Amino acid sequence: MATATASEGTIAGSGVRIEYDEDVVKLFTIATMFWGIAAFTVGVLIALQLAFPVLNLGLEWTSFGRLRPLHTSAAIFAFGGNALLGTSFFVVQRTCRASLFGGRATARFVFWGYQLFIALAGTGYVLGITQGREYAEPEWYVDLWLTLVWVVYLLVFLGTLIKRREPHIYVANWFYLAFIVTIAMLHIVNNLAVPVSFTGIKSYSLFSGVQDALTQWWYGHNAVGFFLTAGFLGIMYYFIPKQAERPVYSYRLSIVHFWSLIFLYIWAGPHHLHYTALPDWAQTLGMTFSIMLWMPSWGGMINGIMTLSGAWDKLRTDPVLRFLVVSVAFYGMSTFEGPLMSVKAVNSLSHYTDWTIGHVHSGALGWVAFVSFGATYFLVQRLWKRERLYSIKLVSYHFWTSTLGIVLYIVSMWWSGITQGLMWRSYDRLGFLQFSFIETVERMHPFYVVRALGGLLFLIGALIMVYNMWRTIRGDIRIETGVTYSTGAAAAGTAD
Amino acid sequence: MPTKIEKDSVTGTETTGHEWDGIKELNSPLPRWWLYVMYACIVWSVAYWFIFPAIPWIDGYTRGLLGYNQRDALEQQLAAARERQAVLRDGIDKASLQEIRNDAQLLQFAVAGGGIAFADNCAGCHGLGGAGQRGGYPSLADDAWIWGGTLDAIHTTLQHGIRWDDADTRWSEMPGFGELGILTEAEISDVADYALSLSGSAGNAAAIARGAEVFEFQCAACHGDQGTGMEDVGAPNLADRIWLYGGEREQIVAQIAQPEHGVMPGWSGRLDPAAIKMLTVYVHTLGGGQ
Repeated sequence: MATATASEGTIAGSGVRIEYDEDVVKLFTIATMFWGIAAFTVGVLIALQLAFPVLNLGLEWTSFGRLRPLHTSAAIFAFGGNALLGTSFFVVQRTCRASLFGGRATARFVFWGYQLFIALAGTGYVLGITQGREYAEPEWYVDLWLTLVWVVYLLVFLGTLIKRREPHIYVANWFYLAFIVTIAMLHIVNNLAVPVSFTGIKSYSLFSGVQDALTQWWYGHNAVGFFLTAGFLGIMYYFIPKQAERPVYSYRLSIVHFWSLIFLYIWAGPHHLHYTALPDWAQTLGMTFSIMLWMPSWGGMINGIMTLSGAWDKLRTDPVLRFLVVSVAFYGMSTFEGPLMSVKAVNSLSHYTDWTIGHVHSGALGWVAFVSFGATYFLVQRLWKRERLYSIKLVSYHFWTSTLGIVLYIVSMWWSGITQGLMWRSYDRLGFLQFSFIETVERMHPFYVVRALGGLLFLIGALIMVYNMWRTIRGDIRIETGVTYSTGAAAAGTAD
Repeated sequence: MPTKIEKDSVTGTETTGHEWDGIKELNSPLPRWWLYVMYACIVWSVAYWFIFPAIPWIDGYTRGLLGYNQRDALEQQLAAARERQAVLRDGIDKASLQEIRNDAQLLQFAVAGGGIAFADNCAGCHGLGGAGQRGGYPSLADDAWIWGGTLDAIHTTLQHGIRWDDADTRWSEMPGFGELGILTEAEISDVADYALSLSGSAGNAAAIARGAEVFEFQCAACHGDQGTGMEDVGAPNLADRIWLYGGEREQIVAQIAQPEHGVMPGWSGRLDPAAIKMLTVYVHTLGGGQ
């Protein structure tokens, strides 16, 4: 894949050719699916561990406590991160009509540096090296390395924006830039720590007590807000109009929802700490900013879905577009559910239950993974310059398998979460708790089995995708009847 | 590349005139419903800030019109819960265990309260419903009691535990007849045969006879002449087919040669006296109370 397959654009009127660096995007695309399969596999394993504890195998390296951060980090940072970095390099070059700032070597440093970060983090979890900060488990030396890689990534992205040959910056790039800048800030502040020694792995956080909790959730919630929302909205804003071959629904909406989203999201973290030692006023602000965030979040959904005006019929024939549009629908559902769960009265029922897990996965599987799948199908065809994907039917099978998996996952977690919450607060008529904790755990078993089955279906769908990608990259085409397919505006290789 | 503003043929809306890599943008106005719902959320939030604690100052924060405070709310709820149970809890405090057992209302209260306390604190070892578990966690639902099954005996065990760090804890320790070299392997084997024969298992008559002799000198002092145990010293009954560490011959041999000794925590100080009383009554009602 190291052969020079850079696509070219031209500068209008001048005939000067621009060499896009697409090899690095190919690397990111392959890494996205590699880590995706890893993340989903570990997810299925730990889901099964919760249903059948014997699968912890009695070994420290395979226990739920170590594999859970492996799963979350693999899903968010390895799968999601590679999708974001790869698509951002693809999108920023084409929408700026400029090659990557810093050249091919710098882009490769970002790619391999990021993979090294993932490998260091993942192996650390299995060996028990952790800061114990949710979604920020890697220790100080891994944090420092990621900081270096991230600053280089920011420079590449920003430099490319600065040398653009377009008068305006496309909306997808606003979201990508907000994602990169904010993640840098969150990562640095949340990981401020003093190493015990420069040759040891252990460090101590600068924060303690409730300040520490709030710092962690300021980070954690905005990892959701800026990594999993803003970043993936960047993907949505490029790939939906491209795949649908329709103009973006509303430029004004994109401006208003971008700025309101960016401004409001950063304050919403305290809703993760309702009814804790966090002062009342901070809980109030966390909740109200989450409520105000509802419509700014939905702005992205409206812009994504309404972009299909005049192209709805394509959903019947184009499963790639179906992935993209359904992802936006899941996005809309999660971003309604989020503000709902941030309301203290609702939170007092949902907090600490599986409802939260279901909510996270409707976002992670339905929104983040689906939009990434759609973008990846789009990219594979174009990066490897194929006439079309190997099989459109397989994309459709992938779509339905995964969608069924998500439905099983979310419904079982809603059911178990609400059951759990209600059981925890049930009192008998004499004023004693109705259920012991272990009885509530026992009641969860069937839901955990269904959840694992949902995850397994999702994994199978992704494996179908990997097969389809591999055959597409090989240049195979499956002759299929009854399939019509629009090849998209940007047919292989054209960039103008 | 900037292009001129066009009219989208499908929606009739004008574009902004921008274009990136083939992507154009329509200049659609903000959806009205979207804007109004956003305004409504903002208005609602701002109103909420006046009603509830919201804005921090240097040395405090705005308390809101309702003067709501999470800690006070919790205190009030706890007080209300205590108030609802006050009469019966008072009854538990004042009544003796036997009085609780004989009073229908107090008994019902104690079984409910003891039941949930048991499920959250005891069931981990003794199983839900006190069914016990293999490996040294006795059933509390049968009528075999190592340290006694009267209300007072159960109460003492609950308060001070077994082999627990407590001056009044229950303590018994069977010597390791094998590891201390008191008995030979052959003698231990014979005693095991004899112990099994106490509950009617058939075995080699000669071995049982030899074992009986050893038993009389080494074991009967605690387990009794007939092997029926002594609750005063915590020596289990060996004749009731109930085996704390398993009834297979090799398990019995192992327990004679190198005994295991379980530990039960004392709950005084961890649970309040009323809860321990309720637990006592609950365990007593499980089926084997004496």
